[in-house]
Amino acid sequence: MQLSFLGRYRCPTTSIALPLFMNAVPAGFPSPAQDYIERTLDLNDLCIQHPSATYFVRAEGDSMQGVGIFSRDVLVVDRSLKAAHGDIVIACVDGEFTVKELRTRPTLQLLAHNPAYAPIQFGPDNTLELFGVVTTVIHSVRQRG
Amino acid sequence: MFALVDCNNFYASCERLFRPDLAGRPIVVLSNNDGCIVARSAEAKRLGIKMAVPLYQVQEQIDRENIAIFSSNYALYGDISARVMTVLEQQAPAIEVYSIDEAFLDLSGLDSHFSLTEYGQQLKQLVYQHTGIHVSVGIAPTKTLAKLANHAAKQYPATQGVVDLTDPARQRRLLALMPLLEVWGVGRRLSRRLEQQGIRSAQALADCDVAWIRNHYSITLANTVRELNGQPCMSLEECPPPRQQILCSRSFARRISALPDMRSAIAQYGSRAAEKLRQQSALARVVTVFIRTNPHATEETFYSQSASRMLATPSADSRQLNTIAQTLLQTLWKPNLRYMKAGIMLSDLYSPGHFQPSLFEPAESPAAARLMQAVDQINQGGRGRGRVRFAGEMLSTGWQMQRNRLSPAYTTHWDQLPIVKA
Repeated sequence: MQLSFLGRYRCPTTSIALPLFMNAVPAGFPSPAQDYIERTLDLNDLCIQHPSATYFVRAEGDSMQGVGIFSRDVLVVDRSLKAAHGDIVIACVDGEFTVKELRTRPTLQLLAHNPAYAPIQFGPDNTLELFGVVTTVIHSVRQRG
Repeated sequence: MFALVDCNNFYASCERLFRPDLAGRPIVVLSNNDGCIVARSAEAKRLGIKMAVPLYQVQEQIDRENIAIFSSNYALYGDISARVMTVLEQQAPAIEVYSIDEAFLDLSGLDSHFSLTEYGQQLKQLVYQHTGIHVSVGIAPTKTLAKLANHAAKQYPATQGVVDLTDPARQRRLLALMPLLEVWGVGRRLSRRLEQQGIRSAQALADCDVAWIRNHYSITLANTVRELNGQPCMSLEECPPPRQQILCSRSFARRISALPDMRSAIAQYGSRAAEKLRQQSALARVVTVFIRTNPHATEETFYSQSASRMLATPSADSRQLNTIAQTLLQTLWKPNLRYMKAGIMLSDLYSPGHFQPSLFEPAESPAAARLMQAVDQINQGGRGRGRVRFAGEMLSTGWQMQRNRLSPAYTTHWDQLPIVKA
């Protein structure tokens, strides 16, 4: 094999560590908590049931303040859920995504949660296209920047 | 029994997923550097836009027909692809991810319990419900027939996107309809040769004598003939073998003539290649750098050269690999040329601990590995690629890929989430 000199490689430390002991030597009293340690909590477990069907979107506007969705909030959307009466859903209306409450009775409509906005009605002729069901709202309460 | 599940117009469908305003509008997706058309929505196909045509040739039609254009957004396509594959994994005993938008499913044992057509329809429905992507499903006793079935599912709307070729009589009927070029593994050159010998359709190929094909063509084509007749020769490859080399190369947005530009490009490709290397937990022993000018520019000198160097010990340290790449570039560089493309290849790959350590060089320090891990974590952490870089990558940036029509990283960047009106 030919070796060619590539230039000096500067290693952050030039010392070579030699292991003196193969095992740590326990000294002192073992921690009584050792047998009780569990994995720390992961927010994903709480907010996401179907990872491959979950998308995040950002809300803009004040029409859903009544259910606690404010402008700039991040919404967790699960596409795998079948939308039912009373669900908060992402719908496609006039070429835009919108977040509203789904009402299937007495008539099909999308309901805002702000008195300033009228419900969006769906007659027998127009179809309602849904993107997914909102399961969680992520609302930061700390002012940033 | 196999199913081939293939996403319909995958890149265009990804672009439409978060753009309800594009419903029904034709869409095309461009190649790297926005040069050619690499994907079309069903509407764009109907308008007669061909695959792989240069953009400038159809620009006029694109404006006239109000076709939406996008640069390739691989961050988006990769994420949606992973979602589709995850859904498929949950629906079959085993799956082989064949490409970014298709997968083979092993259905052995399922056929005695279900109607496979019904299973295909449920699969199609489920993938759409979960991901928003439409797929077509071809079901058959061999992979080659499953490919053909999938093609038929796409071509004939009456199939509702699912074709089950379990029945040998149906296999024969479909083979009679399919041109040679649609057979998996039969390319243009091979099909021309077959046609010269009077074999002009998929059915004619299926009727060939296997021994004759093996003697006059290849074992591979003989297996294809067997597969067309329903005898499985290819099995599911669940774990693709780890890649034996990692290549990162691209054409520049504009020609490069200055060394700092080239050094910056090589540094960026090197960092990207090293990151890919670490993603598959490998170490590389050989670094290759190549640069080339435009082979089609007749009035210019054509120059294309590469150089490699072997490390004493395999490494995954971006700093070490980049240092070597820059040294190699110095040996290749010729001034006064207009370079079109450059790249870096990492090869002779090892798993950690599976090589003979060098007697003369210190082993890679754990601190270096931790540093690289930290760099990767920051760059893959949902705030965008390239947040931490090596200074060499930033010497100049004008040469970078043109992606003027790039859609947002809807699913991989917190600042680019789809907006919903509240």
